[in-house]
Amino acid sequence: MQSTRKIRVLIAKPGLDSHDRGAKVVARALRDAGMEVIYTGLRQTPEQIVETALQEDVDVIGLSILSGAHKALFPRIMELLKQKGLTDVMVFAGGIIPEEDIPELKKLGIKGIFGPGTPTETIIQFMLENVPKRT
Amino acid sequence: MTKIEEIAKGVLAGDRRSIARAITITENNIAEAQKVISLIYSHIGKTHIIGLTGPSGSGKSTLIEKIVRDYRRRGKTVGVVAVDPTSPFTGGAFLGDRIRMQELSTDEGVFIRSMATRNYLGGIAKATKDAVKILDAAGKDIVIVETVGAGQSEVEIIKVAQTVVVIHAPGLGDEIQAIKAGLMEIADIFVVNKADRENADKAVIDIQAILQLNNKEKPWKTPILKTVALTGEGVPQLIEKLEEHRQFLKKEIEHKKSLLRAEAELIEAIKEKAVTSIIEELRKEGKFEELLHQILEKEIDPASAAEKLLRGKFKKAVSNA
Repeated sequence: MQSTRKIRVLIAKPGLDSHDRGAKVVARALRDAGMEVIYTGLRQTPEQIVETALQEDVDVIGLSILSGAHKALFPRIMELLKQKGLTDVMVFAGGIIPEEDIPELKKLGIKGIFGPGTPTETIIQFMLENVPKRT
Repeated sequence: MTKIEEIAKGVLAGDRRSIARAITITENNIAEAQKVISLIYSHIGKTHIIGLTGPSGSGKSTLIEKIVRDYRRRGKTVGVVAVDPTSPFTGGAFLGDRIRMQELSTDEGVFIRSMATRNYLGGIAKATKDAVKILDAAGKDIVIVETVGAGQSEVEIIKVAQTVVVIHAPGLGDEIQAIKAGLMEIADIFVVNKADRENADKAVIDIQAILQLNNKEKPWKTPILKTVALTGEGVPQLIEKLEEHRQFLKKEIEHKKSLLRAEAELIEAIKEKAVTSIIEELRKEGKFEELLHQILEKEIDPASAAEKLLRGKFKKAVSNA
């Protein structure tokens, strides 16, 4: 059977900060790596992000956050993903996330966390290695 | 039940996850896509399919957001397929139409799907038609397709949509150049968006001049409407026109059906008259009675008798022709 699967990624910005430079740079890099990148703009609620991921049937969600609210927003997003049955979606995050918070976020199921200055190649490599295989 | 059958069943039940999966299948796998469509096919045909096309920056996404809200206020459910271009160099795509539709994403009566062209030409993706069928089968009252930013040759939308809305905005360059050929001809409704800008009226007049020529022989006269998508101004009027066009299409279909019905009735009437007059004539000629007796005596069967009677008649008809 002929299959032409493309990796679909949602780049989302939860919370109230309005700096999406990083998110856009990553989105652009992933596009140039041949992926289909859905970008939804600023100030998304966890509900909006998860519902968008569902409708767009994405393989990966990238969360960008600089406000420091990740400890409140990320658990909610992961919980909603579970509720909606989107357990085969891989989640990674970027932005300003203190070192000591990382283990906790990884425990939630967030696969990768990338701080400022991470080369986009690193993120692409990570994604290609970790994108869930679908049946 | 196979995976595909389960997804198709979910689509028909309106399950959002199944709708999303089904659309992915139509994008990725031709054989499975055919299977999905065949399973839902008997349930499609109830939705009003609206195509929205026009140049980049004319305000398509913003206008769609307002159109969807208006339909929601009227109690309609809506599906949106928003198409953006795939890079011919990398095969990747940046799908940003949702930026303007953020708040719609948690409305359960709305389903939005972004779709990359994957280098299909004509302003939509190859899978767009199937995605529309899936949303139709899922029970959406209205399905809106947003094409890529289109100029002259991106007219594939007419094969998908029942009503095509062409949107333009003043100040995007030479008003008419961008739209004069292809797009102008496919419009069922013309919208001049950003109508609060100073040269909006000039754009309307320019477009009107061309449309008047196009409209002359058409039963549906393409109207021009003014909108300001940012504020929603003019959107209720646009919805009214969309509804009007839908009624027009219904009437056209009804008219075609009436023609077919009239044809069937006429054929039936001709048959009756022809048979009666042929039989009358045959009786007059006397052969009819003669053959009846032969049939009774089993000298000939009824079919052969009929053939014998009619052979002369048909020859007459053929030689007359």
